[in-house]
Amino acid sequence: MSEPNQIPNEATPSKTAIWNDPTFRSVAFQIIAAVAVGWFLYTIFSNTLTNMDNRGITTGFAFLSNTSGYGILMSLIDYDPSNTYGRTFFVGLLNTVLISVLGIFFATVVGFIVGVARLSNNWMIAKIATVYVETLRNIPLLLQILFWYHAVLAALPSPRESYTFGESVFLNKRGLYVPAPVPEDGFGYVTVAFLIALALIVSVARWAHKRQELTGQQFPTFFVSIGILIGLPGLVFLLAGLPMSLDYPALTGFNFRGGIPVIPELMALLWALTFYTAAFIAEIVRAGILGVSHGQSEAAHALGLRNGPTLRLVVVPQAMRIIIPPLTSQYLNLAKNSSLATAIGYPDLVAVFMGTTLNQTGQAVEIVAMTMAVYLIMSLVISSFMNWFNKRMALVER
Amino acid sequence: MSNFKALPDLLPPTSARGIVGWFRTNLFSSPINSILSLVGIYFAVSFLTPVLDWAVFSAVWTGEGNAACAEASGACWIFIGDRISIFAYGIYPPEEFWRLDVCFVLLALSFGPQFFDKFQYKVPLAMFSLTAFPVICYFLISGGSFGLVDVPTEKWGGLSLTLMLAYVGIVAALPIGIVLALGRRSEMPVIRTFCIAFIELWRGVPLISVLFMSSVMLPLFLPDGMNFDKLLRALIGITMFQSAYMAEVIRGGLQAIPSGQYEAASAMGLGYWKQMRLVILPQALKLVIPGIVNTFIALFKDTTLVLIIGLLDILALVQSAIEDPAWRAVETEGYVFAAACFWVFCFSMSRYSQKLERKLHRGHKR
Repeated sequence: MSEPNQIPNEATPSKTAIWNDPTFRSVAFQIIAAVAVGWFLYTIFSNTLTNMDNRGITTGFAFLSNTSGYGILMSLIDYDPSNTYGRTFFVGLLNTVLISVLGIFFATVVGFIVGVARLSNNWMIAKIATVYVETLRNIPLLLQILFWYHAVLAALPSPRESYTFGESVFLNKRGLYVPAPVPEDGFGYVTVAFLIALALIVSVARWAHKRQELTGQQFPTFFVSIGILIGLPGLVFLLAGLPMSLDYPALTGFNFRGGIPVIPELMALLWALTFYTAAFIAEIVRAGILGVSHGQSEAAHALGLRNGPTLRLVVVPQAMRIIIPPLTSQYLNLAKNSSLATAIGYPDLVAVFMGTTLNQTGQAVEIVAMTMAVYLIMSLVISSFMNWFNKRMALVER
Repeated sequence: MSNFKALPDLLPPTSARGIVGWFRTNLFSSPINSILSLVGIYFAVSFLTPVLDWAVFSAVWTGEGNAACAEASGACWIFIGDRISIFAYGIYPPEEFWRLDVCFVLLALSFGPQFFDKFQYKVPLAMFSLTAFPVICYFLISGGSFGLVDVPTEKWGGLSLTLMLAYVGIVAALPIGIVLALGRRSEMPVIRTFCIAFIELWRGVPLISVLFMSSVMLPLFLPDGMNFDKLLRALIGITMFQSAYMAEVIRGGLQAIPSGQYEAASAMGLGYWKQMRLVILPQALKLVIPGIVNTFIALFKDTTLVLIIGLLDILALVQSAIEDPAWRAVETEGYVFAAACFWVFCFSMSRYSQKLERKLHRGHKR
């Protein structure tokens, strides 16, 4: 408060003290914050350097080109113990990407089915779906992974007493063995035919869309596309003389050889991730469908659309808009949760690189930073892809 | 007219009432539904029969030691009974169990009344459980003062450790989360950038790498001679991680407050902190209580990850108990028991948060 006998002059506005000036305050605060954070980071940095020096750890990424000397259970690229630590990084990274992609695919499928089932007017189906969701999402994922690995898969029979499906797929303690397709001469034509089919589908869809805009006539794009996609490569496959054989797994000695082996670690992790994430996706799907107001489907019925088109053209597009943002975060969670692989020894990035490689080299800072950077980049990639997808699905207001 | 007597109302046809009616509308309303129901019933029965047989009818409920279980085809529940004190208290000295018991009772007393609508002192009780309760429990459990024997953190374990990790994680993350959320909505670019970077960094990486970092890298960050024990390191990691998630939940609440509230608070002449403390945060926090409970559920499940860095939470103890060669294979029993513990906590919390959501929603919509 200013003194009562001092009347402020109209011409010169009253001055506030500089420490009460909002601009000054905000600049000062920010400078203080920047200095504090900078000092904090600098302290950590210098402490780390001193500590590493004391323990005789050399800094830098030179260790990446040293020979690793340890074997890895499963690798998508050629790898043996004479390779470098740098290669162990890529082996782990690819295994993480593999489990994330497979998990996202299966969890989406299961989640959508269960989510729709929860809304079914069939009491039995709805109850089964509810029990599934309420049980699985309230039990820690790590517990589920350990359960599948130690209690279920470890109880499977030995290779000699494998469960078999038509003598071509085998399931036992050591894993799942499925026949591997082996392309022979002339399979290239089938690949080319497949690419042509894809191009054809795109042009058919464009043409059908244009025709509908012009004349209002509809074209069964979906079924025609499926026909092209299966028909054209299939025909070429037949004409080229079936240029593909299957490599069946066979029992030799104590274990199976040939085919595609799926190690139990991968199976346990995949099942647990799929069923756990699917429970969350089911809830998201249910909320999305319930979020479309009843008036929308009534209006569609009033316009004369039958149940199928109502669902496809009115309900689902609107539900997708509600579903996609939380679905993105579930995908991100799944990718991050795949790091729990380390608990059962599936060789993902964390188990291989942040586990064995870190223990052998002691380069904690570099390795943890690289691993975290990978997950950050993966998160950014998934979320920007989903943002793009979301933008495409979003309501275009006129 | 006086002769008019209404006939009694006819009941609905038998096909639409009673058990038959219920079956017709809920299970057999159309051919496809009938097939689905039969398939569903078939799966439910073929799943439940062996499970019930294993868990109840063929299970061993009484007896002593492995000998009682060796022949049984069902679950061996006496194994759980044998280990229950380890699962609950870890390797805490048995003569000091009462200290953990007091904490369990205090926990029940400080959260139980929140479930009753008629209870009048919800806010003071919540303040107690967020501030005094953890402090009391810390002094009780760690000992070393007030004439209590000192119990080092290596001896803490079991369900009590799981609850402790989750509780400390959430209580410590709440204030940090509030500050971060306010910072993210700040008009000062430097502060906002720092907050966004902090939040997105922790949210982008898996908790397990955070735990690895806190157990491997944290000792490198500290000046020479300064050292934290393993539990504290894990707690720091969990708190950092959780505060980022908490910040996002609270930001949701802050965004839901109409700007009129901010403007009205400014018009009253309140400064920034007073605005937040008296006007904005009370409303925003109330809105996000269900979100906070959900974060807590996620954290509660995530605490199991500490077994990877070697802390003895309930899952780690179950994991080591089932490997005991003195017992026959008891993996499934152990995991089912641990799962049941987590399920009871998580399910009741999620029900509570749903109830709150409905309650808050109603008030909000009116």
